[in-house]
Amino acid sequence: MSLVFYVIAGLSVAGALAAVLLKNTVHCALALTVAFAGLALLFLELDAQFAGFAQILIYIGAVAILVVFAILLTRGSETPKDTVYSRHWIVGLVTAAGIFAVLGWAVLHSTVALPRETTKPEVTVMDIGNALMGRYVLPLEIVALLLTAALIGAVIVAMHDKEGAQ
Amino acid sequence: MTPLTGYLLVAALLFAIGLAGALTRRNAILVLIGIELMLNAANLNLIAFWRYGPNPEALTGMMFAIFSIAVAAAEAAVGLGLVIQIHRHAHTTDLDAMNRMKG
Repeated sequence: MSLVFYVIAGLSVAGALAAVLLKNTVHCALALTVAFAGLALLFLELDAQFAGFAQILIYIGAVAILVVFAILLTRGSETPKDTVYSRHWIVGLVTAAGIFAVLGWAVLHSTVALPRETTKPEVTVMDIGNALMGRYVLPLEIVALLLTAALIGAVIVAMHDKEGAQ
Repeated sequence: MTPLTGYLLVAALLFAIGLAGALTRRNAILVLIGIELMLNAANLNLIAFWRYGPNPEALTGMMFAIFSIAVAAAEAAVGLGLVIQIHRHAHTTDLDAMNRMKG
């Protein structure tokens, strides 16, 4: 494990922790951007250049901006006077800690079964394009349909109904 | 510790953080942020297994991650649209305050 990995992993985890712990919602969105950037760097560290840059473009460029817009449109930037956590936060925390314990135990106790290829994969964007247009063309079409449906659905859901309910 | 183990542990930690955020925050947008973190942790697992697994030239894990990113983007758009509509209707994004199904 290299030092670079530890630095990037620490950055991602710190960003994620800040995103779920900070009180101000806008600060949470900015911390989320840091976590996304750390994950993109982890993808680049894993020699997945295309996924890393797609992560930067889609998550930092689109999803984080969308979250900021939603926060500003719902006036969520006003920090509530009382707590920001729900009434049953202890149940959620225990559930998350339990799931992390189970996942960590499973990862640490299955090191023999895990694959350990060391050769760096030689994959270019051209290979990815060929795979998307060849073997994975049907999932690509379905994703195109899904994105169209989500676009229309999001606009219809958020559209302002001037005449009131019908 | 092999490199793959490190990546899997980081992904498990990010997933747990996202789950804790989704389960403990009151603001609906913060719940969506938690869900996005969980999806990203899954993507990190997929990419790590693609990198260290056999036959990386088949691109299976990479394709899973790319399609997962696309689906997550669609989910974020629809989810935030729903949150905006709920805020317009109920004038709050506090999930503890939304406790009735009648409109």
